[in-house]
Amino acid sequence: MDGIADMGGTQGWGRVHPPDREERVFAEDWQRKAFALAILSSRVACGGVNTDAFRHALERLDRAAYLDDGYFGRWLNGGELMLTEHSVLAPGAVEARARNLRGEDVEEPPVPEPDLPRYAPTAEGSLRSVATSPAFGVGERVRARNTSVPGHTRLPRYVRGHSGVVEIIQPAHVLPDTNAHFMGENPQYVYSVRFDSRELWGADAEPFTVTVDMYESYLETTA
Amino acid sequence: MTTTGGSDESPSVALRTEALEQLLTERGLIDPNVMDAIITRYETSVGPLNGAEVVARAWTDPDYRRRLLADGTAAIKELGFSGPQGEHIVVVENTPTLHNVVVCTLCSCYPWPVLGLPPSWYKDPAYRARVVREPRTVLAEMGLTLDDDVQIVVRDSTSEVRWLVLPERPSGTEHLTEAELVPLITRDAMVGVARVAAP
Repeated sequence: MDGIADMGGTQGWGRVHPPDREERVFAEDWQRKAFALAILSSRVACGGVNTDAFRHALERLDRAAYLDDGYFGRWLNGGELMLTEHSVLAPGAVEARARNLRGEDVEEPPVPEPDLPRYAPTAEGSLRSVATSPAFGVGERVRARNTSVPGHTRLPRYVRGHSGVVEIIQPAHVLPDTNAHFMGENPQYVYSVRFDSRELWGADAEPFTVTVDMYESYLETTA
Repeated sequence: MTTTGGSDESPSVALRTEALEQLLTERGLIDPNVMDAIITRYETSVGPLNGAEVVARAWTDPDYRRRLLADGTAAIKELGFSGPQGEHIVVVENTPTLHNVVVCTLCSCYPWPVLGLPPSWYKDPAYRARVVREPRTVLAEMGLTLDDDVQIVVRDSTSEVRWLVLPERPSGTEHLTEAELVPLITRDAMVGVARVAAP
């Protein structure tokens, strides 16, 4: 999808924040629990670890839920979205409980019948082995497909349709595009493809290169 | 507790966190001990000190450095560091003429086992959006001015591959031991938005 999370090259965000070496891991107390709860909520909702499904939940949050609550708020909101989508929690259950916690007297929705996805990862993590050889070689010129898909993808908009050169062939990994939707692992080699800044941003761009790590099916030959 | 009685204002994210915790623990869906263990791991035991130990070893042991650049994951595991968001770590070396800098434009992917959880600037939309479009400008805003002849390579972490920068060892540190080097090595240098400074 072409969602809010796909930020590469977008403009209007202002200056970056200078690093603070003394920054704490969790600036506020609630962020500790929000972080852990998001991880555990995702596991409960998927019936296992599925980082791709969690990232897809994050990218489907609305603007306020994605940006305004900050990084850990976004994680909490993503966890809640997964729990309600799989009917572990009723919509509005968290808000109702939160209102009761602050002294309101709100009726909480009944607990629904959970509807967990059919999900059975073949191994822990996302590294997999595949029997085939890599389709592209180091040094080969390739093009990122110019496609927009309705679901999850890790092919960022800013490289779609652009050509680059394979720098490193990385091991095969579970394909996020299908795994996020519980539609299978479809492991593929990943390619670190190096793009020239002028190919992406035009002749006046700062001179530099950027590598983007792309699953094999994101790429096509330029010939 | 004050009774606000049907306020239109949405509950704060802190309150919603507490609410979600209650809803899941009271049904036995999550174990509070597991939750505490996750928090403790990332608040106290996994952080940039791990990465600093890796870098200091690479600076002082040429064989280790070679192994680290050839197979980052395995060399990092030699020092005992592995885990989620570190299944396959690639280490790239910064030199006087080549500067690597890491980002995740799609979320905030980061090599947790060696650097811990990402700092706020790394998660900031301004960094995520801009460093793949105008890295030299962004680095200068962050306090790192690179000469025009330094080539910049941005590493966008769009898959499960995680990137760690091996910073340049600063001159004037030749006499320091591995243990003395560790505290000099910052998180920011291992992401590529700073250099390591001599003490």
